[in-house]
Amino acid sequence: MIPTQAQFNALFEPQGIVVAGASTHPGKFGFVSLHNIIASGYSGKIFATNRDGNEVLGIKTLRSLEELPAGEADLIFVCTPQAANADLLRVAASKGIAAAFITSAGYGEAGPEGIQAERELVDLSRELGILVIGPNGQGVVSTPANLCAQIVAPYPPAGSIGIASQSGNFVSSFMNWSCATGVGISRAVSAGNAACTDVADLLRAYADDAATTVGLAYVEGTDDGRRFFDAMREVSARMPLVLLKGGSTSGGARAAASHTGSLATNDRVFDGACLQAGATRASSVEEAFEAAATFATQPLPLGNRVAVITTAGGWGVVAADAITRDPNLELAELPDDLRRAIDEHLPPRWSRSNPIDLAGGETRDTIPVILDLVARHPDIDAVIYLGLGIQSNQARLMRSGPFSNDPDVQRIVAYHERQDARFAQAAHDVSVATGKPVLTATELAVAFPDNPGPETVRSTGRVCYPSADRAVKALSHLVSRRSFLESRGSDV
Amino acid sequence: MSSTLSEADSKALLASYLVPFSPEVLAISAEAAAESAQQMGFPVAIKLCGDGVAHKTERGLVRLGVGNRSDALTTAQELLDAARPEDEATGVLVSPMISGSREFIAGVNRDPQFGPTVVFGVGGVMTEVLDDAVVRLAPLTTQDAYEMVTSIANKGLLEEFRGEPKVDIAAISEILMSLSRLVVERPDVVSVDLNPLIISEGRPIAVDALVELDDQGASR
Repeated sequence: MIPTQAQFNALFEPQGIVVAGASTHPGKFGFVSLHNIIASGYSGKIFATNRDGNEVLGIKTLRSLEELPAGEADLIFVCTPQAANADLLRVAASKGIAAAFITSAGYGEAGPEGIQAERELVDLSRELGILVIGPNGQGVVSTPANLCAQIVAPYPPAGSIGIASQSGNFVSSFMNWSCATGVGISRAVSAGNAACTDVADLLRAYADDAATTVGLAYVEGTDDGRRFFDAMREVSARMPLVLLKGGSTSGGARAAASHTGSLATNDRVFDGACLQAGATRASSVEEAFEAAATFATQPLPLGNRVAVITTAGGWGVVAADAITRDPNLELAELPDDLRRAIDEHLPPRWSRSNPIDLAGGETRDTIPVILDLVARHPDIDAVIYLGLGIQSNQARLMRSGPFSNDPDVQRIVAYHERQDARFAQAAHDVSVATGKPVLTATELAVAFPDNPGPETVRSTGRVCYPSADRAVKALSHLVSRRSFLESRGSDV
Repeated sequence: MSSTLSEADSKALLASYLVPFSPEVLAISAEAAAESAQQMGFPVAIKLCGDGVAHKTERGLVRLGVGNRSDALTTAQELLDAARPEDEATGVLVSPMISGSREFIAGVNRDPQFGPTVVFGVGGVMTEVLDDAVVRLAPLTTQDAYEMVTSIANKGLLEEFRGEPKVDIAAISEILMSLSRLVVERPDVVSVDLNPLIISEGRPIAVDALVELDDQGASR
């Protein structure tokens, strides 16, 4: 059964929610989920059922779902035991509820009886016309509705990344990275056992969703690879889709007479499917999140020629190595006219090649000027800027040191902090003005996240990458998508 | 259950899909093999052929660089004598030696989750050691086929190599497209191996083929 838009609206933009099985015990799902719904500031109507009719978190509970006024809630968040759920869903449907998120265990993961219960759940969802997510899932997040209906933290900042996962823990991981970087989430769903609604259904819904511009998914196995492939292809044609795949290193399943049988490992088949579909495959959770966050916040480059701007030698060299190693990227040859233009602003000791090493020759306005010159040049498609925040890091030491009251110290501290904020802002502004990606990278983003450099990058809505290598990888995924769109322009 | 076609039948099926093979003759006796070799010109390759013959190289059933008539006679007889009943041997295949220092592998396979796939990689004796292969789902587009060839790890093998010209990537892509058509049109084909696919004068020529068929007539 293909879920409808109206059902997804009930899931992501509910007018009212009922938590079935609300509990007074703060360790139970029925307490935690109700707590999170209230704490995230959900503004629709909130109902809860509790067998004993106890008040939970200030909400007067219903002893039974029968007491729920019809038409007041369209999403039910189910924390009741498996055995109670079939009757519960029948009542829910009679009250106008169109979507159910089921956290209960005891289904397909729990032996033959559970498998039978899961089969019956699928039939029931069809019979009632109700969208069922789960069972055995962690919950649903929808920032446009201030909704955090889940049994775990965190509640991420609002943004445009849509998360779908076969593992609830990876929803949390991706959202923790969202909190760390400030690049926000639109919707997030843990599909649990995916009895009725799977990751492919959710990704298709995100492709139709105006609040979502990038899909991010964790998948392990799939019963019907072709169906998943078709979904990947449809979704990737409409928005970037980043996939993290678990269990991808096990060898080929069959050792037959054929060599191709042993070469066609699970991992290679999945890799091929992603490449054909135009989906971005990442090999770690950080890489997956940063790829999605970069798609969400940087323009797609027109080509693969990258310039590196650095305030000190070593960083630029390592970044250049990473770019050179990457099969999708090219370290741009520095054009003569650009070299001459930069000469105007720097003493002769600068590198005069790419990486553009300013070699400490910069004055007050050099960095914004160079960023602008480089990004504007037609032979440069993307820029990576290194060295942001080092002066502010010194300022931090001075600010907390024994001479922090000295007016000269205070003046230099303020100057450096102002300058780093300005450079971070310039990187963003230049990117917007030129329509080219400009990525900043420094470990200060994680070492001292309140450093004005990385902090300002975050305030512009973008990622300050923890290393040049990670910025290079993210950029590589963008370039790869650009070449896919160009090569398949006609047949996507 | 599945079974394999003989090398000659495998090649006939694949040749009907326009896969390029080296010319060869199926000889039913050592004398006929020597005569064919003489007509082709030496050196030749001689291999045992039969529906049940698999793992020819491992069993020493492929003899390369046979240089004259008397060697051809002896070699062909040895191969016919080495045949086991389960080989269902129908004779020996005699073909001219194809010279080229680069060998690739191409084939099809059926994945339990994703269905028919096409495989391309570095082949010959290096197949397992280098383990350099790419897979795509069938049916392929021409763009998919092109990207398969150019995305192997050992890309240098596609360039000019030891005095031999660049590999004709389009010609390999066509072979991959042929394999894609075959696996889509023939649900009974479980797997195909073209190994090695020798690059001779820059063009790919298949010198061995193994087709595995599903006995029920249809795979997944």
